[in-house]
Amino acid sequence: MMDSLTAEEWQAVALSLRVSFWATVLSLPLGIFVAYALARWEFWGRQLLNGLVHLPLILPPVVTGYLLLITFGRKGYVGQFLDQWFGIVLAFRWTGAALAAAVMAFPLMVRAIRLAIEAVDPKLEQAAGTLGASRGWVFLTVTLPLILPGIVAGAILAFAKAMGEFGATITFVSNIPGQTQTLPSAIYAFLQVPGGEAQAFRLVMISIFVAMGALLLSEWVSRAVARRIAGR
Amino acid sequence: MTLEVALFHRFEGFALEVGFEAPPGVTALFGRSGSGKSTVVNAVAGLLRPERGRIVVDGQVLLDSAAGRMVPAHRRRMGYVFQDGRLFPHLTVRQNLLYGRWFAPKGPGAELGRIVDLLGIGALLERRPGALSGGEKQRVAIGRAILSQPRLLLMDEPLAALDEARKAEILPYLERLRDELALPILYVSHSLAEVARLATTVVLLEAGRVVTAGPVGEVLADPGVAPAMGLREAGAVITARLAAQEEDGLSRLDHAGGAIFLPRVAAPLGASLRLRILARDVMLAVERPKGISALTVLAGVVEEVRTGEGPGAMVRLRVGDEAVLARITQRSARMLDLAPGRAVFAVLKAVSVAQGDVGGRG
Repeated sequence: MMDSLTAEEWQAVALSLRVSFWATVLSLPLGIFVAYALARWEFWGRQLLNGLVHLPLILPPVVTGYLLLITFGRKGYVGQFLDQWFGIVLAFRWTGAALAAAVMAFPLMVRAIRLAIEAVDPKLEQAAGTLGASRGWVFLTVTLPLILPGIVAGAILAFAKAMGEFGATITFVSNIPGQTQTLPSAIYAFLQVPGGEAQAFRLVMISIFVAMGALLLSEWVSRAVARRIAGR
Repeated sequence: MTLEVALFHRFEGFALEVGFEAPPGVTALFGRSGSGKSTVVNAVAGLLRPERGRIVVDGQVLLDSAAGRMVPAHRRRMGYVFQDGRLFPHLTVRQNLLYGRWFAPKGPGAELGRIVDLLGIGALLERRPGALSGGEKQRVAIGRAILSQPRLLLMDEPLAALDEARKAEILPYLERLRDELALPILYVSHSLAEVARLATTVVLLEAGRVVTAGPVGEVLADPGVAPAMGLREAGAVITARLAAQEEDGLSRLDHAGGAIFLPRVAAPLGASLRLRILARDVMLAVERPKGISALTVLAGVVEEVRTGEGPGAMVRLRVGDEAVLARITQRSARMLDLAPGRAVFAVLKAVSVAQGDVGGRG
């Protein structure tokens, strides 16, 4: 199937993979941290943080995209700051598409990891403490290995979500071929022109393929890791 | 090594206020569930911050609420053996055992091979905790705690989750630890049999307070604390030397109060054995009894007669330089005119070996 892809189609697939990869990898540390905070710490504003994390899941994607635009766009406060101080421009660039994908996928990632953390018995962490491990070491040597299946599941879920993100992406960074035209945007674009159905269909097949692949991979990896951890 | 503990902590509807000192050896924190034993151990381990308190190990202050000082758990070097084992499921037995070594001070410490031999877990090293039986898990947990090179071993009812057979499997290992490692142990238990077998010092807790504390022989032979121990279970421990294995299958043990006969005890001649004599298994006579089936009769002197509610009386006898408790009725006590100073004979209906060779301690 790959042979029959045109350069334009292939560009969209490659861009989507790149956007999703970076969106997942860069948001993972923050995702683990936020999941840990929500699962384990009592602090003021915990419910607020929880709501904020889940907001992209329930808001119309267009609204999330618009909020990103007015925050991270060229005229947005954060956008201006990033541009002036670091020379980073997000608006209408693939990096912006990655940000949009990361924001939209974040709730799924945090949910999966948080469930895994909540399943870890704090008594094990206590035991590690009595054996001389400081909090940081306890996290690295006990908590992290035990929540690995959750992290893998969360990451793959986030990746798949990022691959399919459309509404926020097109609102925030538009639909520029080669720059911000991800797989869903390309499908949308092909459907807008007469005779584009065949091209759209090929991309649809790829979408389904990637999504199913991600799902199966996540199942397989988490089961393998869980088996190792279950200690048999 | 000595441990000094003074704690005050309030829970809902329960206040804990205890103070005691634990000399070297095994100090048993004994009491019913809810008496505050686990709270004390958790405070010593640093897992619980009491409202007020002071905990000192060998001159090092671990907790001093007055000075606002609290050493965090991971810097206290307390080897904690939990009731539920708490092995790390993602690590092999070997990795579990070596976990604490990462964080322990460098230098000579307990050696893996020796501890593995001592606990009989050599065959388990490459297994994971999920594949171990309850007794095996607990032995690994004990090894893991020891190998973290602790200053003190804390054991919170390490046998409570096990059935009798598994308990019997682990107790000998605990005895070997006590005798071979010279590692002080704070041992929480609500089983008098365990305490009689393992402890050198007993701290008796009731409703968050220390009822009494002292050497095991004295505390267990104190008629005043017998009710707190449970009358059925109350009983003293004495130490006797294995003198002979007799032809009819009995072992003869020598004690200052007289010869003690037991079904054959598997121990070398000359070994000191700790014996537990339940108060309800002791009959008293003012003359040396003749023509009775009981073989063991010890000569002693009444030290104290304690009567409480009900028809019973608890009598403490001095037998040699040790004490034996007898539970009789108040009527018997009157009939025999029992009072401190009176010479009596204790007829033992049953004696159990609480502990194998107690070595030099005998």
